[in-house]
Amino acid sequence: MKNQIELLMGNEAIGQGLIEAGCQVAAAYPGTPSTEILQAVIDRQEQAVEPLHIEWSVNEKIAFEVALAASYTGKRSVAVMKQVGLNVAADPFMRTAYIGIKGGMLTIVADDPGPHSSQNEQDTRLFCLQARVPVLDPSSPAEAKAMIQPAFELSEKYETNIVLRPTTRICHSRQNVSLEKPIELKRQADFEPNPTRWAATPAFLPQLHRNLNRHLEEIALEPAWQPRLLSGNESQPRTAFIASGIAYSNLVDLLEELGLDHTIDLYQVLMPYPLNPDFCKLMQKKYDRVLILEETYPVIELQLAHPGAVGKQTGGVPREGELTPDVIHQALADFLQLAPPAEKPAARRGQRPSLCPGCSHRTAFYTIKKCFPKGIFPSDIGCYTLGMNLGAVHTVHCMGACISQGAGFYQAYQQDDGQFPTIVVTIGDSTFFHAGIPALINAVIQQTRMIVVILDNATAAMTGGQPVPHMGVAAGNKPTKAIAIEPLVKASGVEFLETCNPYDHERFEALLKQADSYIRSPEGGVAVLIARHGCIMDPATRKAQKSFTVTIQDNCIGCEKCTSAFECPALSMDRTRNIAVVDQDRCIGCGTCIPVCPVAAIIKEEKS
Amino acid sequence: MKQQIIVSGIGGQGVLFLTRVIAQVAVNTGIPVLTSETHGMAQRGGTVLSTIKVGNFASPLVRTGQADLGLLLWEANLPVHQSLLKADGKLLLNAENTGEGIRIDAAKIARDLGNAVLLNLVLLGLAVQKQVLFCGIEDCETAIKQLAPARFVEQNLAAFHKGLDSNK
Repeated sequence: MKNQIELLMGNEAIGQGLIEAGCQVAAAYPGTPSTEILQAVIDRQEQAVEPLHIEWSVNEKIAFEVALAASYTGKRSVAVMKQVGLNVAADPFMRTAYIGIKGGMLTIVADDPGPHSSQNEQDTRLFCLQARVPVLDPSSPAEAKAMIQPAFELSEKYETNIVLRPTTRICHSRQNVSLEKPIELKRQADFEPNPTRWAATPAFLPQLHRNLNRHLEEIALEPAWQPRLLSGNESQPRTAFIASGIAYSNLVDLLEELGLDHTIDLYQVLMPYPLNPDFCKLMQKKYDRVLILEETYPVIELQLAHPGAVGKQTGGVPREGELTPDVIHQALADFLQLAPPAEKPAARRGQRPSLCPGCSHRTAFYTIKKCFPKGIFPSDIGCYTLGMNLGAVHTVHCMGACISQGAGFYQAYQQDDGQFPTIVVTIGDSTFFHAGIPALINAVIQQTRMIVVILDNATAAMTGGQPVPHMGVAAGNKPTKAIAIEPLVKASGVEFLETCNPYDHERFEALLKQADSYIRSPEGGVAVLIARHGCIMDPATRKAQKSFTVTIQDNCIGCEKCTSAFECPALSMDRTRNIAVVDQDRCIGCGTCIPVCPVAAIIKEEKS
Repeated sequence: MKQQIIVSGIGGQGVLFLTRVIAQVAVNTGIPVLTSETHGMAQRGGTVLSTIKVGNFASPLVRTGQADLGLLLWEANLPVHQSLLKADGKLLLNAENTGEGIRIDAAKIARDLGNAVLLNLVLLGLAVQKQVLFCGIEDCETAIKQLAPARFVEQNLAAFHKGLDSNK
């Protein structure tokens, strides 16, 4: 029977591959571009022939540790995250290299060259070189899926964690992918205590380190993971290309478009670390010049150490950003001394993203900025980063950093003369659970005086609405215990705690002012406000709130407060009439812009 | 058969759905296909671009001057993405005003059908009518029926047909 072909996004293909390979525990924290991997496992779990536990963990470290222990029992497991998530999971990840695993374990880490939706463009392959963990670099959605079953086998053969590193262009590409029947492994959980390994003290680590190094040498020689050669026709002797990931695919298409396919030896590296030393020697012997195309850091180039290499270290390939077909075209033209690509028109920036019309974060940020025009506003990772557009976000760093940064600002200011600006930290609900709680405890015990606004929209919104711990639902909408935010805040020692719907400008403003008085009072400390309103992308939120027809009357004075200070994308300036207008296609009729207008020109009417 | 297509718009306009419909047609017809999409932060109302490569390709990305067809859901993206089109590439836009390319006020047509987001399929209909896509009417209808949520299938097909019958 012919296999079923389905149009799958790279992340869906990976999720499908995990089920087909008999993965039984899958844990992830959402983060672009990795999120749809676990979502695909959730959506396709019916296909699994054996029990399958799927969880949105509270953070990546936890996801990794859950998957790790499951592997100790002999079952196949996976932890999924984005590249910066691996920083959070770095501690258990690094030690796992020494200790190893039992049942096959994959860590899928999605990188974001560009970056498109991340705070940096770090390369997980380089992280793996430092952690001494083998890493695979697929060049298409279909190849990513095809790597999963053999990667589990490799993982089990050497009892080692294996990293699969797709990039945004793999994760968010779609391709016709062939589906297979999930395999049945019939494994019962069977953890064999072995303290010299699973609890290895320093005394046992030199031996474990020796094992690791021996394994890496053997893995580098594994026949299935050697660079694949597309032979040229000797028209360019002693010249070769080496590429991996999407850069390989981009190069293949480009060579064909330029009529250069099958003219020069082209090696696709499937496993950038550990690179086979024999391959490195062969390249040195056989070729004088080698163009190396890889994203994002020069990982292959470093290991290859080829005297005739042209790559990121030599400057022949840009060191930053994606290796798009255009970028590769330029590098190729330089390398082969071809006619340079036609001059590109200067890149024009498109529309910047903004908080959705009706987003309650907008009203929260607007009010914060209005109350404390001279405040300091540390914020965090999520949709609410876009509070930047309203001038109410001054720092964005990494998950949970805003609370500790707020505390750091306070300590630095107050030690001068005891005076300090109002510091208003904004953090989303999912981010608060992920890494905000220890930071809040620390801020309290260090006697910080600042306001923390928890923007609670009841979901992990930026990544498409994954469940959060206080909603009482787990992956796949399964009911679970709800862990409310308020008792956590109180238990962290916070004595000023209020909750408010930020749609209510007046009350939110009054609470912000109260909070400011509190932090400046003798007994003051950290004040927490929970700004609570469901995410407007959630149809249930839209359904539950009234929608009006919002219009702007002719008494508009063209002050642009609603279009710039409030920055609703449904509002724009009609430059010919110098008044603001409502884009009815985008307006959701929340009416939150009404109090913003100084002349009451924005009005709402019941929908007919 | 090889065709490189770009679909350009802003987050929330239905660029992803249109991309999937076109790619699904390829799958249904047994032609290899690759797409690339914009997800994440940019989806919050920012400029988004999908690329679709139908036929024997390795990568989903489109190089400057290589796209055979541009479907623009947001006219203001024209200066941002036009350079991806071939010199003789076809350009279809959702736009109120006259200007370059084949234009249609798809948003208005969609609004009249009850939802501005349907403009994506109005534009698809127009592309099929102008015979600038690799596929035909029935191919698109099948893919729309496959991918649209059941309760929106009729509305989606209606939008597609409005595009098919427009500008004649």
